[in-house]
Amino acid sequence: MQTNIMICGVGGQGIVLTSKLIAATAVSHDVPVMSAETIGMAQKGGSVFSFLRLGEGIASPMFPEGSADLLIGFEPSEAVRMFPYLKKGGTAIVNTHPIMPVTAALTGSDYNGTDMLDYITRNAEKSVFVDGDRAIAEIGSPKVLNMVMLGAAVATGLLPFTLDEIEQTMKATVKPQFVGLNSKALRYGS
Amino acid sequence: MHKEFLMGNAAIARGAIAAGLNLISGYPGTPSTEVLETSAKCNDGSMYVEWSVNEKAALELAAGAAYCGARTMVTMKQVGLNVASDPLMSLAYIGVKGGMVILVADDPGPISSQTEQDTRTFAAYSKLPCFDPSSVQEAYDMIGEAFELSEKYGTPVLFRPTTRVCHGYASIDVKDVNEYKKVQPEGFKRDPSKWVIFPRLSYNAHIHIEDRNVKLSGELSEYPRNIIIPAKDGSCRKGIATHGISFTYLTEALADKPAPRVMKVTTPFPFPEQAALRFLDGLDEVLCIEELDPVIERELTYICGKHGLNVKIRGKLTHDVKNAGENTCGSAAADIARFMGWELPEKAETETPPPLPVRPPVLCAGCPHRASFFAVKEAMKGKKSVFCGDIGCYTLGNAMPLDMVDTCLCMGAGVNITQGIGHIEPDTACFAFVGDSTFFASAITGAVNAVYNQADMTLVILDNSTTAMTGHQPHPGTGKTVMGEIVEKINITAVLHGIGVKTVETVNPLDLKNAVETVKRVASEKGVKAIIFKSPCAVIIKPEKPAVIDPEKCTDCKRCIKTLGCPGIVIRDGHAAIENSLCTGCGLCSQVCPFGAISKGGAANAD
Repeated sequence: MQTNIMICGVGGQGIVLTSKLIAATAVSHDVPVMSAETIGMAQKGGSVFSFLRLGEGIASPMFPEGSADLLIGFEPSEAVRMFPYLKKGGTAIVNTHPIMPVTAALTGSDYNGTDMLDYITRNAEKSVFVDGDRAIAEIGSPKVLNMVMLGAAVATGLLPFTLDEIEQTMKATVKPQFVGLNSKALRYGS
Repeated sequence: MHKEFLMGNAAIARGAIAAGLNLISGYPGTPSTEVLETSAKCNDGSMYVEWSVNEKAALELAAGAAYCGARTMVTMKQVGLNVASDPLMSLAYIGVKGGMVILVADDPGPISSQTEQDTRTFAAYSKLPCFDPSSVQEAYDMIGEAFELSEKYGTPVLFRPTTRVCHGYASIDVKDVNEYKKVQPEGFKRDPSKWVIFPRLSYNAHIHIEDRNVKLSGELSEYPRNIIIPAKDGSCRKGIATHGISFTYLTEALADKPAPRVMKVTTPFPFPEQAALRFLDGLDEVLCIEELDPVIERELTYICGKHGLNVKIRGKLTHDVKNAGENTCGSAAADIARFMGWELPEKAETETPPPLPVRPPVLCAGCPHRASFFAVKEAMKGKKSVFCGDIGCYTLGNAMPLDMVDTCLCMGAGVNITQGIGHIEPDTACFAFVGDSTFFASAITGAVNAVYNQADMTLVILDNSTTAMTGHQPHPGTGKTVMGEIVEKINITAVLHGIGVKTVETVNPLDLKNAVETVKRVASEKGVKAIIFKSPCAVIIKPEKPAVIDPEKCTDCKRCIKTLGCPGIVIRDGHAAIENSLCTGCGLCSQVCPFGAISKGGAANAD
């Protein structure tokens, strides 16, 4: 049984940490895992993605288009950019809050993400939309968006782990003073 | 042995440490940086670890340690090997006593490099053995074998992962600490006939190297990592040759197919000729799936010619596969399907997505480089000027609306290029922008050249007190080393004064008025003069409160957005608005607004 996950968004949204948490949970449950992500120049406010693969018999850290069971999009246009990786019948979890790139602000674009969300609604067989803006306002910290998204991903049942198992890894990873906030965000998302 | 989830670069470092590494040096460069960083992190105190001032220094230092019998590793990215090529070419003749692995990370794409050069080709040019890992596990396992081969033949060896191996992660088998090899260097044994290069020594060494490489080709033909996988259907007369990460793409693409015979070339130099002959035996046609240069394709074509084999070798040279950029699972599957005459993998039918906003990398919100570029732009408005850039975050100063990088070539080039322009166009105000780390790595000689040869130019040092682009490594100007020692900072002003630059002014670029006036004053002088824009990288300082826009005063002129292009200012409901999650409160926009509508947020409350 293999699970392919595409996590994408904008640099600084906590995408890499999300990928690492799932991977670390896999390692602690003896599930083979591989991942690959953008690092370096492209990270600075640019599009960021992480390929994550769980299960036996995987050779490459990346997978071809049309093979992700789950797409976790932290930003609407980034979710659409990586949408070709979602397989037929796969699930897209998308944060509805758009982030306007500088180039869009310069050209006076009115990008607000709604076209992107409509596209995903029409083309994904299963889609889950997360109001990330409201979530972080209610939880009280902009830094836990990734935990909200991860909670929502666990709730789909497509990850081979329970919320408690993910939470165990999170507790071992983040600084003690942030455990409470992150737990709250995980549970909010789920 | 136990399992760990490691990045490829971390696995390489851990594998080297398990093989008894005594010394590691390098210069940061994506995608190689984490090898040395991991070594520093895992150092139990028995290793010497340093970020050298550049790759040439790193390689020479490691050579000295290897002369003593130490196991050494040098790390760099592919273009770093160009800087280190002078010692590399000679060291190939001199050789080493302790095992020496030169880790050079290649960057197909390129994703964050100037060139798509191939270290496998450099291996053939320098006549040095080369290892090309396909996966994180293989990189971990093979680095120890590279040390063994290096010591056995007394030669440095190249180890060249590519980005997807360097930055790929996998849960892999790693050794327990009690399984680590311990190496006690014997020390330097004086022997001028061995360690001093002279034409006669080089002639003899050349003969020896050529003989050794023939022998190595035979030995590597039996190396278990140069794999030949038989065809699933024995009657199939086609074969595929590949290497590196592409081997994993191919493995997946062929998993449920009647796979042809496959050869994975793990040691591209010396090429395993006997193994290649076994692979080619009975085939009509071979497709080479490679990244960067057609190394395997050329070798196989040569072997077919040499042995009179009637096998058609296809690849980049025959235009059967693309000749630039990186491979992917998808491209490998498509290349194989076309070669085998299989139906191309079906593409899911989906509607065309709406136009996507482009999201190129930009200078961060609050980046002091933005202020520095803007200050020079304002000061030189209407004057004929040229702005030569260099390698680092500040290359991003080329983006609109700043548009302040006219040239960028390689590390330290800008300071010399601007002199060349000045000699041909004496009426142009010539500027060179260089970061603090790049200044130490390779721009000091350019500054000396400018002073000595009476150039007329302004050297602008963008001093953010770190090597930001590659993830904040210390450098000679920071007063810290990778081993955590606090050392004397090398003072850039003193260096410039020392080489004869009389005017060296330091200014905070975020104090815009003062910065613009400084540029006007300094640039009007004749000869070589320097401005140091000193302000720490926005990523490593504690941000201040976000700026605030007063909607009563804002006239929607959008000057803040149009002049600065800061990600911290966005358009919301048609008006300029501060993106609080990004704004660091640097206050540059408040100094640009003609209506005083933006105010600086002020220092953040203590947590």
